[in-house]
Amino acid sequence: MKTAVIVFPGSNCDSDMFYAIKDGLGEDVSYVWHTETTLDDYDAIMIPGGFSYGDYLRSGAIARFSNIMPAVVKAAKAGKPILGVCNGFQVLLEAGLLPGAMLRNKELKFICQTTPLVVENNNTIFTKEYEDNEVIQVPIAHGEGNYFCDGRTLQQLEENNQVVFKYHSKNPNGSVADIAGIINEQGNVLGMMPHPERAVDDILGNKDGLRLFQSILKHWRESHAAVTS
Amino acid sequence: MKKVKVYITLRESVLDPQGQAVKDSLHNMEYKNVQDVRIGKFIELELDDTADIDTQIKEMCEKLLANTVIENYRYEIEEGVMQ
Repeated sequence: MKTAVIVFPGSNCDSDMFYAIKDGLGEDVSYVWHTETTLDDYDAIMIPGGFSYGDYLRSGAIARFSNIMPAVVKAAKAGKPILGVCNGFQVLLEAGLLPGAMLRNKELKFICQTTPLVVENNNTIFTKEYEDNEVIQVPIAHGEGNYFCDGRTLQQLEENNQVVFKYHSKNPNGSVADIAGIINEQGNVLGMMPHPERAVDDILGNKDGLRLFQSILKHWRESHAAVTS
Repeated sequence: MKKVKVYITLRESVLDPQGQAVKDSLHNMEYKNVQDVRIGKFIELELDDTADIDTQIKEMCEKLLANTVIENYRYEIEEGVMQ
């Protein structure tokens, strides 16, 4: 599996994401600078966290119009797995690849702490390696992770099982329905505020995030085997 | 040359924690009659005249300047000062 980690000016979790794929999964991974215009060579696309373009105007608003984004949209339509973490999630929302928008955290503070999440839907290409309703520990680090959508969108998300992760026991940022991560209707674009790439190694004290990447790899191997056999 | 003033505000249905914090501070300063505070953005554009400036500004607002999931926008067009 060949994975692209997209890098914008101001991305700062790109190395963590690269490390999670390269050393956590042991798979091929490359950085792709935002001025590139194609992602045809890649099987999976990661949009990492950070502060693309300094969060000017709104988080993700300017990155959404960078040269690489039409290729991200094309990959999304082609059904490739696309994972946006933190600022990556904000970029996916601004790009309209996922519904809703981000607001400032309810308490107005930047929160950086390991947070329990419930796996609400383990029947996705990103979560097959988790148990249904399993509680996992994943770090969050954001000031603008208060997910918002209107009532109708929330109803659709819940009816289609598009809410993949919820905050467990305590909602840190005030997000609608305790949402921490959502997937698109086709099931190949996942956006989440918590950082699975920061929880892939015992030396980091936590490996709960690794199974997310293992799920993507397992899905790719299964679909790849189906094509070649 | 035209000068365009764009006002971006949070939709009524969206809570504004920043506005709440400022309201609490105003209350602490004894301005007890402050009922609500909503914080928005003000953007000034200077642009060359085009035939359909309204369409252009609406596009800019909908695509980039505002996020219509959470924000409303309005704008005023003024004659720009010749440089």
